[in-house]
Amino acid sequence: MRRLPKAVEIGLIPLINLTLAFIISGLVVLWIGENPLEALYIIIKGSVGSAYGWGYTLYYATNFVFTGLAVAVAFHARMFNIGGEGQATLGGLGAALVCLSIEWPHWTLAFPAAIAGAGLFGAAWAAIPAWLQARKGSHIVITTIMFNFIASALLVYLLVNVLKAPGQMAPETVNFPKGAHLPTAHEMLAWFGVSFPKSPPVNISFLLAIAASFFVWALIWRTRLGYAIRAFGFSEPAAVYAGISPFRVIMASMLISGCLAGMMAVNSVVGEAERLLIDAVQGAGFVGIAVALMGRSHPAGTFLAAILFGVLYQGGVELEFEMPAVSREMIVVIQALVIMFTGALDNMIRIPLERLYFRKVS
Amino acid sequence: MDFATLIQILDSMLRLSAPLIFACLAGLFSERAGIFDIGLEGKMLASAFFSAAVAASTGSVWAGMACGVFASMVLAALHGAASITFRGNQLISGVAINFFASGMTALIGQNWFKLGGRTPSLSGDSRFLPLEWPLAETIGAIPLVGSVYSELLSGHTLLVYVALLAAPVSWWVLFRTRFGLRLRAVGENPEAVDTGGLSVAGLRYRATLICGLLCGLGGAYLSTGFAAGFIRDMTAGKGFIALAALIFAKWRPGYALFACLLFGLLEAIAIRFQSIEISGVGTVPLQLMQALPYILTVIILAGFVGRAIPPRAGGEPYIKER
Amino acid sequence: MTEINGRAQPDAAAPAIELCGISKSFGPVHANRDISMSVQRGTIHGIVGENGAGKSTLMSILYGFYRADAGEIRINGKPTQIPDSQAAIAAGIGMVHQHFKLVPNFTVLENVVLGAEEGQLLRPSLKLARSLLARLADEYELHVDPDAVVEELSVGHQQRVEILKALYRQAEILILDEPTGVLTPSEADHLFRILKSLRDEGKTIILITHKLREIMAVTESVSVMRQGEMAATVKTSQTDPETLAELMVGRKVLLRVEKKAIEAGKRILEVHNLSVTDSRGINTLKNVSFEVREGEILGIAGVAGNGQTELLEVLGGITEAEGNIRVGGKEISLVGAGSDARSRRRSGLAHVPEDRQRLGLIMDFLAWENMSFGYHNDRDCNHNRVFMDNRAMRSATAKRMRKFDIRPDTPDTQARNFSGGNQQKIVLAREIDRNPRVLVVGQPTRGVDIGAIEFIHQSILDLRQAGAAVLLVSVELDEILSLSDRVAVMFDGTIIGERQTAATDERELGLLMAGVADGGRS
Repeated sequence: MRRLPKAVEIGLIPLINLTLAFIISGLVVLWIGENPLEALYIIIKGSVGSAYGWGYTLYYATNFVFTGLAVAVAFHARMFNIGGEGQATLGGLGAALVCLSIEWPHWTLAFPAAIAGAGLFGAAWAAIPAWLQARKGSHIVITTIMFNFIASALLVYLLVNVLKAPGQMAPETVNFPKGAHLPTAHEMLAWFGVSFPKSPPVNISFLLAIAASFFVWALIWRTRLGYAIRAFGFSEPAAVYAGISPFRVIMASMLISGCLAGMMAVNSVVGEAERLLIDAVQGAGFVGIAVALMGRSHPAGTFLAAILFGVLYQGGVELEFEMPAVSREMIVVIQALVIMFTGALDNMIRIPLERLYFRKVS
Repeated sequence: MDFATLIQILDSMLRLSAPLIFACLAGLFSERAGIFDIGLEGKMLASAFFSAAVAASTGSVWAGMACGVFASMVLAALHGAASITFRGNQLISGVAINFFASGMTALIGQNWFKLGGRTPSLSGDSRFLPLEWPLAETIGAIPLVGSVYSELLSGHTLLVYVALLAAPVSWWVLFRTRFGLRLRAVGENPEAVDTGGLSVAGLRYRATLICGLLCGLGGAYLSTGFAAGFIRDMTAGKGFIALAALIFAKWRPGYALFACLLFGLLEAIAIRFQSIEISGVGTVPLQLMQALPYILTVIILAGFVGRAIPPRAGGEPYIKER
Repeated sequence: MTEINGRAQPDAAAPAIELCGISKSFGPVHANRDISMSVQRGTIHGIVGENGAGKSTLMSILYGFYRADAGEIRINGKPTQIPDSQAAIAAGIGMVHQHFKLVPNFTVLENVVLGAEEGQLLRPSLKLARSLLARLADEYELHVDPDAVVEELSVGHQQRVEILKALYRQAEILILDEPTGVLTPSEADHLFRILKSLRDEGKTIILITHKLREIMAVTESVSVMRQGEMAATVKTSQTDPETLAELMVGRKVLLRVEKKAIEAGKRILEVHNLSVTDSRGINTLKNVSFEVREGEILGIAGVAGNGQTELLEVLGGITEAEGNIRVGGKEISLVGAGSDARSRRRSGLAHVPEDRQRLGLIMDFLAWENMSFGYHNDRDCNHNRVFMDNRAMRSATAKRMRKFDIRPDTPDTQARNFSGGNQQKIVLAREIDRNPRVLVVGQPTRGVDIGAIEFIHQSILDLRQAGAAVLLVSVELDEILSLSDRVAVMFDGTIIGERQTAATDERELGLLMAGVADGGRS
């Protein structure tokens, strides 16, 4: 069986897919009666044209790095973890419980504790579908979808009945203690005497996201567990032949995946909202699917794709502001098209390319 | 709980179940032919929007429904192209279609009507109205039995009755016709179909289009029968509950009807009562009722209550053996 | 010409099938090259050839799975285009595939009518099929319960359903691809009776097989294929197995490997009363017992599907089993924790699987990743408990690639980019080079080019020389005879007989493989 060269495989094909997604999005904008190039300009200017824009772009990107890595790790074990949304919801719960548990003296203590809380809860929420897949063969896609809904119902219940701030109407917790406030880019850059706008929510979690990307890279390509995960993902019978336990691989990869998804809450719940709200995840769990697909499940690719989606989300807000005819949902459409082209219609590009390439070679 | 309340809850169950039945049967046709479809939600949403939008603009609910169904079938064809022709990942395609529908309906809705993604509310000929059964008034006067006839059975919109009929019709199509035999075969072992000189792709496309048609009816009902107009993301997970019902029903039309009625009933109860007191147990929170369909499905999937075995060739693109 | 059933009435003189100059390539591979052949109506025609000789490709062309690059097909003397299976069925061709194409949870009746229904509704079709089936059952000994669910039928019965399917479609020409590979001898005999009665009714039958015994027993004429070409077509009555075998192989090679006599040492692998029950509740292994000593090769011969695969999988730690296995005198567990492949390797048992592409290699992994596959927990592959030592694995791989003459010798090449022989050498290098006490090896030379075969055989003998116990499972009798010190024959999940290699021959082993317990000695 012949394969396309690596450069085509990880460079050209995703690029063509992305371009197609953008061309169709452009046509949608055109159809609405606006100029797509102008829309693109607004998106880029609004997201990376200023320090303020970057501050939001990177905040969104941080969320997407976590959920994207979560999907990517599971993909390596050929598990489609569509439950990032629910795992991140539970991660938020875990982070909130940690932050509210004591009067944190300093963020340096609260930060690792919140990471642990978020990661643990996220992993726990992935554990049941993982166990059901590994032991009972229940399809992980269906169970994780179900767990997304159960998570959201659970969170509503807890916020309405248990965790709601006293004397409040809105179902949200009290604000986290001051000591649990994570340093924002504004504060961190001030340590080095660099000025950065105060309002953008990007915070130290962005560095955590970078660290998580390195962690995933090392995990997949440098550790024994990663070796087992990849082997299992490529071929389950072969993995069994090699003495790799499917149960352990499924559990490990899904727990790590859930943990990463949960850690998103460190950014959104602890870093930004500083209290637990009803919908803290806001679809980031699903964006993770697009991000991981575009990044070919490689942490570097996932990271870049997360930045791209950060740009789109921040730019989308600006777009809605400056071009009212094109609402923010344009971004959801782009996201859908990216998932469609890179994830499901891949062969549409690949097959003609292969034909073209191998005709030239032979 | 008195009898009148019971009738009300059952009446509400029928209305809430109808979209689930459509979507569940839609999934049934698709998955029985070997095409997993988690994009039921998106297709229903697209149809709900276009049904309401076109009905609002033309004043004809029939024109609306036709457009809604067409939109749903276009998405179904896209899913078919991705999963059959391009042998892509069916789950990912379904996810994409859900997002696409969610984004596009809000985007176009805002652009056309400037009502924050809503359509104008529908009335008169631009929506489906309840059908009063003959003599409902007279029979309704009879105690107990009368209200079953006049309140529970009578007074639903056309599509509710269509939904209830769709289940036995689906059963008949799948198990009593040539098409049904071939469709089930292609979901179990496409090779058998291929070597038998039939087109695997053709059968699967037909199944996905039927799936689109049924999702379209479900969506049309939501915005022009159940509600009077479209609001953003109005399917609110119904496509996924239908998927849950499909698994719960072990991919069988008769069971699917009951699963959908059960899940509709749970929803009706959750709407009627904010919380339920069960003596000795305590309060059952509303959220538990809402999550119950999903929890039940997980239990079924876990194999604790019987085994749910999906069609064997499901989810796998068919590639001719060398 | 008159039309009957929409088909051309056969011209009495013309052969049922004529192939003229059929060629088909897959990329650079010529699967069929200028094949011509003709089959007379009302005869059974055999096609023999080794694996990869092009038999299946040719039949796939005839059944419309592939289109030939060049050439013509004539059915009953009439040039016929067969672009798809539909056209093949319309031309009166039916095919019984090696792997049945049945819908497992459908009834026999439903399977038979699928694709050939009468009208839109099922009921009339099923009724018609039921009466036809009853007739066919009496006519040809094709008895099957029409209402049985196919997955609950035995393999032999499933095959009958396939034949019924073809007959229901009014096939006049029936192609059977390796039909006896999965059958018990009595089922095979039954099949041959069916085929003969079909022939007597005027049907034309093409039998693809690699078993010469079957060719001699039932065919009127036989074509021999070799490396994509038609080597010869002869009347069966005018030939004999030796001639056919020679035509098939195309050379008088008797694999005689230089084998030094060594004294077998102590018992290393002891297998006692091994039994396996599969998920359907069928006993695939029944009380298998044997032992292999130091410096000894025990060959396991047998027709494919008689339990060899299960035996390999149990030894390799893939399938759980009942019974006892001792390696070097130490009991190893066969169920639950400690019965996995990793524990097997730790106890000194290496396993070269039958199917290297499915089990032995990760085709997407690079050569160096595959060279540690299964041993990836060993110290030489790792820095510590967490991190692997990729550099050490690369250099170890480079060394092994030279030692085992694996080409290309670049550790960073993906497994799928190696030829079959080199893929097999990667697996062997990995399993042999760690000096196991026991080597269990299945079909070591399946799909491997000649040059590599010799090398692989030598490597196995070298390991024996070094004092390891080798269990060699192969369907190639030549291979077994030239390598083994002793031969055990598997039949229907048991070991039906065991012989010293020096004291037996192909004829005796062939009889054992056919289930004749005393090997024809009585």
